[in-house]
Amino acid sequence: MTNDILLELAGVHTHIGRYHILHGVDLAVRRGRLTMLLGRNGAGKTTTLRTIMGLWRRSAGEIRFDGAPIGALATPDIARLGIAYVPENMGIFAELTVRENLLLATGPEGFDEARLEAVLALFPALREKWNNPAGSLSGGQKQMLAISRAIIEERRLLIVDEPTKGLAPAVIQLLIDAFLRLKSTATTILLVEQNFHMARSVGDDVAVMDDGRIVHTGSMAALAADEALQQHLLGLSLASHQ
Amino acid sequence: MIARWLSLRAGDWAPYALLPLLVLATLPVMSFSTWLTLTVAGFAMGMMLFLMAAGLTLIFGLMQVFTFAHGAFITLGAYLAVSVFGALAGWSSATSWALNLAVLAAALAVALLASGAAGYVFERLIIRRVYGAHLRQILITMGGLIIAEQLVVAIWGANPLPLPKPASFQGSLIIAGAAIEKYRLIAVVLGLAVYAGLHLLLNRTRVGLLVRAGVENIEMVEALGYRIRRLFIGVFVTGTALAGIGGVMWGLYQELVTRSIGSEMTILIFIILIIGGLGSIGGCFTAAILVGLVTNYVGFLAPKLALGSTILLMMLVLLWRPRGLFPVGAG
Repeated sequence: MTNDILLELAGVHTHIGRYHILHGVDLAVRRGRLTMLLGRNGAGKTTTLRTIMGLWRRSAGEIRFDGAPIGALATPDIARLGIAYVPENMGIFAELTVRENLLLATGPEGFDEARLEAVLALFPALREKWNNPAGSLSGGQKQMLAISRAIIEERRLLIVDEPTKGLAPAVIQLLIDAFLRLKSTATTILLVEQNFHMARSVGDDVAVMDDGRIVHTGSMAALAADEALQQHLLGLSLASHQ
Repeated sequence: MIARWLSLRAGDWAPYALLPLLVLATLPVMSFSTWLTLTVAGFAMGMMLFLMAAGLTLIFGLMQVFTFAHGAFITLGAYLAVSVFGALAGWSSATSWALNLAVLAAALAVALLASGAAGYVFERLIIRRVYGAHLRQILITMGGLIIAEQLVVAIWGANPLPLPKPASFQGSLIIAGAAIEKYRLIAVVLGLAVYAGLHLLLNRTRVGLLVRAGVENIEMVEALGYRIRRLFIGVFVTGTALAGIGGVMWGLYQELVTRSIGSEMTILIFIILIIGGLGSIGGCFTAAILVGLVTNYVGFLAPKLALGSTILLMMLVLLWRPRGLFPVGAG
């Protein structure tokens, strides 16, 4: 079933300076599914995403996208394969308007009007702020903009790092709804998240990291139903994080 | 644009008010004709400083390169002006606006192309090897500046060279009782034209959008699929080309060109970048005019303070806004 797998990491190690962060990560992201990457703070989740994007270079191991090795490619070339990345800090250009932030993520021909309308339908607040500097948006609106920028063009893989961090519950629900709608379009998503309510709501598959390794893979539903496993892997239960 | 202005918080308006406040505040302490003369002189000096500094603010902001060699491209522009004006001495000495403007245009074009080409070579040979290494950038670009000055000596000689203004640019116009130097008006027009061009380039084109985004977050621009290093070359060449035309204008303003004409401006250019906010063309424009005005006003009102006035201005601005008047990415 290898062709089911869009992104695969095999034995990936990453060093940052003299620190050895990833210790042989093995991860498979299946096509058309939303894979949750969970783990305690410092487990290596963000490093894994940055290594996939080439923002930090792997020191060993193989990263394959649609069967082709991408570990040696530069970040722009990885992005051009159709991989969109929303970093933990959202990567919003504060001086640019909402429109300009989105325009940067389009091809030379600019916006596809139908797709733009679909994206703005997901996050109507952005329409009202269209010509405002992105720096003037609220935290939730910035996250909506970051996700909109990632999907303003058709992508083969969407990588998102902790989109709910610091957001109000109402905004988190909006993001959950948005991810559910994205899932309905068979978009392949790799999502790092600390909010377990969100993880349980949107996740199909799950991989749990600890100390720079994947220590568990399976279905999100199975993890959500097994409180003992949650305690073992994450040190807490999902039931306490509604 | 309107939405951008409306979205500004009350405190964000203050930097925009600084220039008009300074201009109006000095009016009661001197005669109107003196005020008008000094104000135009300040604007003209500011425009020439802007020409020299504009490229460097983008180089700093986008490429995070600390180059001390920028003065070399100013020097190159000034010496090329000497050569062009020497070759077209008949046009320059003729009392014809058309011929005088033509020789100025020729000097500007030569300086633009030659300084841009020199900037390309400098980026490919030197700068690209030291991206991300700030100490090495400072050392290697200071070395580059010294070598460039010696090359100037080898080509044009060690003695200062005269660069008289064309016949039609000499003298003053009397406007409202104030003597306004014609050349300063030309400098104002050229500076405004370059600012307008840069503003359009940065705000109305995809390349400009990329430069503005890159100044804020290079990593994210790359994660969107853009090869930022190609943009770096373009920005460096543009910056050095602008320094070249700044050198032409500054050389004509001084009417004497020395091998250190560019390096002498380096500190003042850094002060302008810091006051304006690194990477901000609008900030650079405002700061250059501020420095020009303050230099002229203080030079008249308190000549003993003139030398330190720009440093004092920078200190006051940084106490008020530690990242400069228009910090990029402050939102």
